[in-house]
Amino acid sequence: MKLRTLKRHLNESFKSLARNGWMTFASVSAVTVSLVLVGLFLMVMFNLNKIAGDIENDVQVRVYIDQSATSVQQNQLESNLKQVKNVQSVTFQSKQQGLNNLLQSMGSDKSTFQDLQKQNPLPNVFILKTSRPEQTVQVAQQVKSLPYVSDVRYGKGTVEKMFQFVNIARNVGIVLIIGLLFTSVFLIANTIKLTIVARRREIEIMKLVGATNAFVRWPYFIEGLFMGILGSVIPVFLVMIVYHFAYYNLSGNLSQMFIRLIPYQTMTANLSLLLIGIGAIIGVWGSLNSVRKFLKI
Amino acid sequence: MDDMILMQNVWKAYSNGVMALNGIDLSVKQGEFVYIVGPSGAGKSTFIKMIFRELKPTRGKIFINHKNIATLRERQVPYFRRKIGVVFQDFRLLPKLTVYENVAFALEVIEENPKAIKKRVMEVLDLVGLKHKLRSFPDQLSGGEQQRVSIARSICNRPPVLIADEPTGNLDPETSWQIMDVFTRINEQGTTVVMATHNKDIVNRIRHRVIALEGGMVVRDEQEGEYGYEA
Ligand SMILES: Nc1ncnc2c1ncn2[C@@H]1O[C@H](COP(=O)(O)OP(=O)(O)OP(=O)(O)O)[C@@H](O)[C@H]1O
Ligand SMILES: [Mg+2]
Repeated sequence: MKLRTLKRHLNESFKSLARNGWMTFASVSAVTVSLVLVGLFLMVMFNLNKIAGDIENDVQVRVYIDQSATSVQQNQLESNLKQVKNVQSVTFQSKQQGLNNLLQSMGSDKSTFQDLQKQNPLPNVFILKTSRPEQTVQVAQQVKSLPYVSDVRYGKGTVEKMFQFVNIARNVGIVLIIGLLFTSVFLIANTIKLTIVARRREIEIMKLVGATNAFVRWPYFIEGLFMGILGSVIPVFLVMIVYHFAYYNLSGNLSQMFIRLIPYQTMTANLSLLLIGIGAIIGVWGSLNSVRKFLKI
Repeated sequence: MDDMILMQNVWKAYSNGVMALNGIDLSVKQGEFVYIVGPSGAGKSTFIKMIFRELKPTRGKIFINHKNIATLRERQVPYFRRKIGVVFQDFRLLPKLTVYENVAFALEVIEENPKAIKKRVMEVLDLVGLKHKLRSFPDQLSGGEQQRVSIARSICNRPPVLIADEPTGNLDPETSWQIMDVFTRINEQGTTVVMATHNKDIVNRIRHRVIALEGGMVVRDEQEGEYGYEA
């Protein structure tokens, strides 16, 4: 496209946006509202996904070693464990380490448990990691029958529940988001349609004297793009601010539970780009959708 | 060989089932001036719309400058239309643009270069005798002047064919003669002109070929013909 043509299209677009100021404002607001909700939702979803993923990676089977086992027997058990199918790693955790971890996770209340130090009820354990979470059940079953194993524990339930929750949240959210996005597309399409009715004659004459469809479409494309991107400005800043508070207030507490949120920079950079992208797409989609009918001359 | 417009067995059925054209066969030579006459509902406007492909024929072939436009691809239509000038009864000017801008608009949307546009717009405005009104807006002009602007717009791209659907339909007799002057001049420059009209006086006074349509069929085709209907 020639520069002068581009200039003409830009000129046309901004004239029209200004002329239909209130409708432009309404559409941009609709996009803004949708994207704010989408942004907040995605912020939560991304983190849930990450946490679920972390837990998933952390899937382990704890093998309690019989208290009566000698260290030779214990070594033998270790080499047996290493041969079990799907076992990725075997780590030893002494009863003392286990107790320390436990006390640490309880936070400041550890005084109540002081006497545990004297008589530690915990067993020594081997911690097995599997490469995939669904393998834990099979590994646990196989390990149970090995000699000197007193008990086998794995995070039955909790992981599954977590995934279930994330899945439900995701599905509900996706439906909600699609609904919102369609509303925005519809609003943009309607705004542009209003402006087109006024410019219908112009389009007709353009087509009559031999303008290509692309030529007619350009200004509308620009208008849609502009409205969509403008609509994403507030959501982007809002997400930055909200995540700033969420991240710096929550991540301290959560880290005690071994939960790590997505780093601030990563989250805001990705989410901003995503929101701007979604904004641009709804804008362009809405506007091109509304010219289509008028091009059939 | 020098057929500018060639129709072979052209039929047109509208989506509601109305048969507007029923097997039209005709040829218009390059440089000819043709009147399309006939009673209301005869299919004149439909015929005109076929020529610049506002409508596609249901059946048959339409060659414009030896190119069958019935099978033209949608993407090619704009480039084809640049070769056809169209004038309407209701002028179709943009009210917010001046006379100059209205004409220049037609060249801008086909991305002509600005220098050429300026020169050409002045030329055609001179041809239709409206050079002195180039800064006026359509609502500051008489009907005849507005029609002349729309003619200027239709010919600014030097189309080999000019088609007009009742170009004098909204004009008083005096103004209609002025419009015919312009058409005559354009025709004398070699442009093929096809004009649908109800204007008996014009057809009988300025003699050209007359094609009469009735019920979507050609019922008469005469060189230097008469209008042939009562008023
Ligand atoms: N868009 C349309 N849809 C359906 N039928 C149509 C359409 N346009 C025209 N017709 C019908 O096709 C026939 C031919 O119409 P057309 O407009 O070509 O006539 P015309 O000769 O131009 O008439 P007039 O002199 O009144 O302008 C008429 O019966 C008309 O009712
Ligand atoms: Mg008609």
